[in-house]
Amino acid sequence: METLFFYLVALVAVVSGFLVVRCQSPVNSALALVNTFFCLAVFYVMLYAPFMAAIQVIVYAGAIMVLILFVIMLLNLGTEARKRYTHGVVWSAISSLLVLLLATRFIKLGRVTGAEGEITDFMIKTEGHTELIGKALYTEFLLPFEIASILLLVAIVGAVVLAKKDV
Amino acid sequence: MSVYHYLTVSAILFALGTYGVLTRRNAIVIFMCIELMLNSVNLTFIALSRHLNSLDGQIFVFFVMTVAAAEAAVGLALMIALFRNRETVDVDQINILKW
Repeated sequence: METLFFYLVALVAVVSGFLVVRCQSPVNSALALVNTFFCLAVFYVMLYAPFMAAIQVIVYAGAIMVLILFVIMLLNLGTEARKRYTHGVVWSAISSLLVLLLATRFIKLGRVTGAEGEITDFMIKTEGHTELIGKALYTEFLLPFEIASILLLVAIVGAVVLAKKDV
Repeated sequence: MSVYHYLTVSAILFALGTYGVLTRRNAIVIFMCIELMLNSVNLTFIALSRHLNSLDGQIFVFFVMTVAAAEAAVGLALMIALFRNRETVDVDQINILKW
């Protein structure tokens, strides 16, 4: 059952990813991308990461895609997209197929090893995923967390300066 | 489902994103394809962190999402500035820095 569900969601994710690339209108691409994000959120739930799934839906499908759709509609790009909308299809297809072949070859031949942690499914169920993430974020990863907040501040200031009238 | 299935899906999505970045002419669609690639990498991180019983990969996904949000804000502001000056977001016509 889980296998069937996985293949179904993977199919939807890949097809909507393909639609992101192939749709002529940017609005259709954006909606297909939202669909892909939802499929990835389903994957995160299947991987016992419910907090990440919630963040995926709220931040990516909610905030970032709304921002992108807002800019697409602000710039009114639907009208100018009637002409040729791609370039260099053949070489790009070859190189991205090479990327895909290389990656799948690594996946097939390699073996996943690494430093094992001590987070079990039982811990995620009893303590809660959000609590575990929060504990790790505010103790072990405190410095990167603060740096991320500074990065967001810089991004806000940069966006305001760049989008001003007289640049 | 083993971790290899998730890694394969992630590889397919990454290749699709690469294809989109290389072929599309609309800068905003290129931007969305970059988001697709970032998301496929996030799927890799979460699948591997589940496989290794660790939370570090998920913390990393958290930071990737932060950077993606910052990138969205700055990138879209750039596109608005570009459209205001050049009346287009077609990357074939934005070639001042080319020689």
